[in-house]
Amino acid sequence: MNPATTKTWDEFMEGVWRQNPVFVMVLGMCPTLAVTVSAVNALSMGLATLFVLVCSCGLVSMMRKIVPKEVRIAIYIVIIATFVTVVDYAIQAISLALYDALGAFIQLIVVNCIILGRAEAHAAKNPPLPAMVNATGMGIGFVIGLFALGAVREILGAGSLFGVSLFGPDFQPWVIMVLPPGGFFVLGGWLLLFSWIERRKQRRLTEATQNA
Amino acid sequence: MTQPLIEIRSAPHVKGPRSVEMIMRHVVWSLLPICAFYIFQYGISALASIVVVTATCLLAERAFVRTGTQAGRLADFSAVITGVLLALTLPPGFPLWMGAVAGLVAIALGKALFGGIGFNVFNPALVGRAFVQAAFPTSIATYTPSFLAGRFTEFIPSSLALPLMTPAGTADWLQSKNLDALAGATPLAKWKFDGVVANAIELLTSLSGHIAVGPAPALILLCGVYLAVRRFMDWRIPIAVLGSAALTAWLLYAFDAARYPNPFFMLFSGGLILGAVYMATDMVTSPVTPRGMWVYGALIGLLTVVIRYYSGLPEGVMYAILIANAASPLIEKITQPVTFGRGAPGRSREGSPGYVSRTDANAAIPKKRFLRNKPKK
Repeated sequence: MNPATTKTWDEFMEGVWRQNPVFVMVLGMCPTLAVTVSAVNALSMGLATLFVLVCSCGLVSMMRKIVPKEVRIAIYIVIIATFVTVVDYAIQAISLALYDALGAFIQLIVVNCIILGRAEAHAAKNPPLPAMVNATGMGIGFVIGLFALGAVREILGAGSLFGVSLFGPDFQPWVIMVLPPGGFFVLGGWLLLFSWIERRKQRRLTEATQNA
Repeated sequence: MTQPLIEIRSAPHVKGPRSVEMIMRHVVWSLLPICAFYIFQYGISALASIVVVTATCLLAERAFVRTGTQAGRLADFSAVITGVLLALTLPPGFPLWMGAVAGLVAIALGKALFGGIGFNVFNPALVGRAFVQAAFPTSIATYTPSFLAGRFTEFIPSSLALPLMTPAGTADWLQSKNLDALAGATPLAKWKFDGVVANAIELLTSLSGHIAVGPAPALILLCGVYLAVRRFMDWRIPIAVLGSAALTAWLLYAFDAARYPNPFFMLFSGGLILGAVYMATDMVTSPVTPRGMWVYGALIGLLTVVIRYYSGLPEGVMYAILIANAASPLIEKITQPVTFGRGAPGRSREGSPGYVSRTDANAAIPKKRFLRNKPKK
């Protein structure tokens, strides 16, 4: 692989894994905890955020040289809000049931700190293509995070995945998993798993360097 | 040539025989008669429940102790106590797989997460019970009557539900025993939803047949007295819990006897006695200051009665103790005892018993050299 591809791949994987917005940076917790009751909700919320993130980061990056420093946040918010409105109407048109299930959290994508954070920290300093690659990585990381929560909560809370029953009609739903505390429990469990993997990796690394 | 062994140790040099492990062992012993009577009441299902929940707690404890991040050892009996107490708070016919979930959550979430024995904020057994109460509200409210025929050979049908599956209903099974489905309601639920007040003496002994109750209050009190006399438990907390619950219930009963049940019913129904004697007195999660213990116990008693009377739940001991657990560091902070030789702030030592001032004793007042405001003669 040539260096340019490696760097692009690196930028992309940063959001997906190393700087995963849900499991590593612990950003955007409102939608993460609130709409992950089922896998479908979680996935559509993640995809909506991914779309807004990629589009607004591209536009912010294109406009980075003409935006005055003093009013940049206001301009970013207007850009993000535009794309959120697009997503808002699109979801309404595709599925009203999903729109009702997600509720105010679609509009609240505007204030999602992942998007504003990416715009401020990355897109405003980089050309459009790397900015969009980085935003795609972050967005996919967010989708993975939301889906991980939503899948566990739906499997335990309703005995199904994407509405398909997994354990038959006799399944005993864990009511707590579809309640807000369930979101915290599952998120805590995932964070525990990720930090355990990270620590084990670090330990292996130090052992390898010591042996070498 | 052997050198004489010289040990250099820091104080204290004289140690008592009381260790965590020893105290915990005595608590387990004191729980054995309660378990035995509970098994006598409900038979093989109760035995299976106690064994499964305790075993899960021990397995979880072993797994977490092995990670090396925990204080304490498997052999300190604390996980056994958690398991047995948790099993005693669950209905006898609680599905065994749910019992295992409760045991795992109790140790993992209630204890291991905080760093093991001595570091937990909440009573682990109650954390486990709160989790399954929120996860499986129907199963945890399904009690069965005690002293059923054939209880030593036959499981309560809900016990043996397959993992992750809904337990079978007990209504048909009760009908085959010539009992109506109402026999499975606990005295507290009967009072809350039907206005029936059970006889307090029956509740205290739990000996009269076919009532859906937990372990016998009389026996728990007896075992509690043993623990208090051997000083394995502080007597102040149970007295404060029961006293405050009785006082609150009695005041309300005196206020409106038609609406509120009598205080004896309040004391002996549900899990109040078990909670007061074994749960609230958990050394880790209760205050250490003597005055703090009174405040802490009174808070539990008051909250229990308030939750029972004014919330949608028939029983409130668990939440009352968990709330008081959360408040106990604060209670400890505001009830610090006065250091020896130092008066309480804002209060003069004069007038306190045993203190005789110089003026009282008519002693000669020594001449002070540096008086800022010289008294005029």
